[in-house]
Amino acid sequence: MELTTVWFALIAILWAGYFLLEGFDFGVGVLLPVLGRDNRERRLMINTIGPVWDGNEVWVIVAGGATFAAFPEWYATLFSGFYLPLLLILVALIVRGVAFEYRGKRDDDRWRRRWDLCIIVGSLVPAVLWGVAFGNIVRGVRLDADHEYVGGFFDLLNPYALVGGLTTLALFTLHGAVFLALKTDGEMRERAGKLAARLIVPVIVIAAAFLLWTALAHHDVAGWILMGAAAVSLVAAVPAIRARREGWAFLATAATLVLAVFALFVTLFPNVMPSSIADANSLTVTNASASPYTLKVMTWVAVACTPIVLLYQSWTYWVFRKRLSVDRIPASGGHA
Amino acid sequence: MDTLDIARWQFGITTVYHFLFVPITIGMSVLVAGLQTAWVRTGKEHYLRATKFWGKLFLINFAMGVVTGIVQEFQFGMNWSDYSRFVGDIFGAPLAIEGLLAFFLESTFLGLWIFGWDRLPKKVHLATIWAAAIGTLLSAYFILAANSWMQHPVGYTMNAETGRAELTSIWRLLTNSTTLVTFPHTITACFLTGGAVLMAVSAWHLKRHNQADVFRPSLKLGAWVVLIAGVGVLITGDQQARIMTEQQPMKMAAAEALYENSQPASFSIFTIGSLDGQEELYSVRIPSLLSFLATGTFDGEVEGIDNLQAEYEQKYGPGEYAPSIPVTYWSFRLMMGFGILTMAVALVALWAMRRGRTPTSRWLWLAVILSFGGPLAANSFGWIFTEMGRQPWTVFGLFRTSESVSPSVSTGEAATSLITLTLLYGVLAVVEAGLFVKYARAGAPEIPPPSGSDDADRPLAFAY
Repeated sequence: MELTTVWFALIAILWAGYFLLEGFDFGVGVLLPVLGRDNRERRLMINTIGPVWDGNEVWVIVAGGATFAAFPEWYATLFSGFYLPLLLILVALIVRGVAFEYRGKRDDDRWRRRWDLCIIVGSLVPAVLWGVAFGNIVRGVRLDADHEYVGGFFDLLNPYALVGGLTTLALFTLHGAVFLALKTDGEMRERAGKLAARLIVPVIVIAAAFLLWTALAHHDVAGWILMGAAAVSLVAAVPAIRARREGWAFLATAATLVLAVFALFVTLFPNVMPSSIADANSLTVTNASASPYTLKVMTWVAVACTPIVLLYQSWTYWVFRKRLSVDRIPASGGHA
Repeated sequence: MDTLDIARWQFGITTVYHFLFVPITIGMSVLVAGLQTAWVRTGKEHYLRATKFWGKLFLINFAMGVVTGIVQEFQFGMNWSDYSRFVGDIFGAPLAIEGLLAFFLESTFLGLWIFGWDRLPKKVHLATIWAAAIGTLLSAYFILAANSWMQHPVGYTMNAETGRAELTSIWRLLTNSTTLVTFPHTITACFLTGGAVLMAVSAWHLKRHNQADVFRPSLKLGAWVVLIAGVGVLITGDQQARIMTEQQPMKMAAAEALYENSQPASFSIFTIGSLDGQEELYSVRIPSLLSFLATGTFDGEVEGIDNLQAEYEQKYGPGEYAPSIPVTYWSFRLMMGFGILTMAVALVALWAMRRGRTPTSRWLWLAVILSFGGPLAANSFGWIFTEMGRQPWTVFGLFRTSESVSPSVSTGEAATSLITLTLLYGVLAVVEAGLFVKYARAGAPEIPPPSGSDDADRPLAFAY
């Protein structure tokens, strides 16, 4: 296999990992006002993701870095082209990250309510915008012959991309509800399970609309197969959620996200950013890539590092595998 | 202002801001790990209390370092897409390695450390803070390797067809002579910063005779760290100056506002009057010192700005090859001045505390309490000097700042970003400082007696 294909696949894996992991912690953030009725419950929710959210976020940082190293042209066009959405994502990730750490550091309701708002908005905005971004990448954007983005901000808000944004929001929210049911005990587990059961059908409708739209616009058999697989695993979540088999339900929503990301990348290949102006302007794995030497070096680094990273991140989840309940939340927050 | 100016301001503001938190994180992570090691080995409770106290201040600061770091990675692509296209083949590699090797390590193990107090065996828990601390050091190495390549490009070739730089040796990139002196200089400065935080906060408590069992040893530890790290900063800075003179002579000339080749060259402590080479009203000079800084001998020749300008015009074509002289001249002095001042405070504090003494001078207490600002200022001026002194280049000798900016980004977009991030950073600075002061004043926590039971239903030892 060509190294450019390997790196395209690795970047797809990084995004799949990001959606799978940060997907549920975005979901937990979005559900904060829905499932957390008082401060103690909201704290319970935040603490289910407390030890892991930062490690989850690194997946997107590495995805960005890997894109820079392996496909500099893609990185340059994407980041300068999607300027304002990325700025919004940055602001969201900044306030959200600080909010987790600072929320419990003052015993003051107004203080906590403000940080709660930061967590909610800071989770909602990227949950939507990552979907909008991927929708646009797959759909193609206005790239000129120099691979520069020549569209405007509002070109990015086209119906297809907006459905993409709605889809990631819907999937992350469901994924978050399932995660909460899996990681908590008592009333929260009950309520999160019920919410997941209520959400699953609308989520299927939204996701199906996006997948169908994608499938009809791109005649790519491998992409169709993966989209089918994503759809099957989402449907498979229905009985698991209804039967309150939280582990299976989580596996199903996780598989849906991973398969959906793979489906989008496979549909995209060998383009990395198609131009809607002219095919010749499209960025592909070949014309966007770094030199063979850099790709070779980076492949060795990835082969050496990735298994270790996966090992210790999995270990974190093992260490914090216990379900949390409201009575295990100490009286005051933020004490290391 | 055009997009280029705005992008430069944003890079300056966000980078200096980010680097307020980074050295505290690097310095304090190792110090907290050291204190926790002392607790695990001796079992003395005041070490545990110190670990928890400094650990909390460290975390308040760490959060800011993390979130402002994301901006750094994104803005290369957002504001500097032509730079990214030009150097992506080289510059992207250390950035990606930094993420894979360092960011995963620090964030994952810090999560384990924060929440793992009652989940992990003592020694495993101790290992998690060391893993996070090592992560911060690795991260520094790779990002400094990337920056050093901009100061002194090595291990590359120019692709004539694409007009872009391509990597030919990752080994040469990672062992760049510039990296090898910049890394120890930066890391020792980080320890100096961490030590100054310990020193300043401890002094606030000791002055009030508060928790002397925790804060007296912490103050002495901090002051010793400042002194030892400070000596390291001086030695590595001296080596760095010589490497810089070899690789970027214009930066050294600009640091002194030296216009004509001089042998030997004197160093001015400060100058009153203009720095444009026309006339200076008054300056205090140490003879031959610049020669020594630049070449290692007291009678070495140091090239002047005008000579270098002529040389570069020959080499690179017409253009302005000198950086902003007032900025480089003053940032160089302020960097050294604030660093040395902090060391002086540490030395006086240690002297005043010798053999169980407690300082009585109000001025000394005030100086020690304010001393944390010294390294923060020195670090900022150091980076301002390094980056501004490289102008007009982003990659020295290869690629200009004016060619680096994103062509597809409008002035309005860039301004929106600059204003948004600056306002957000301003608000967060107030919030962060407020929390830091609150927890610094609260003092070290009392350690509750162990519950004795291994009841899985007891409250978490730590929760957000």
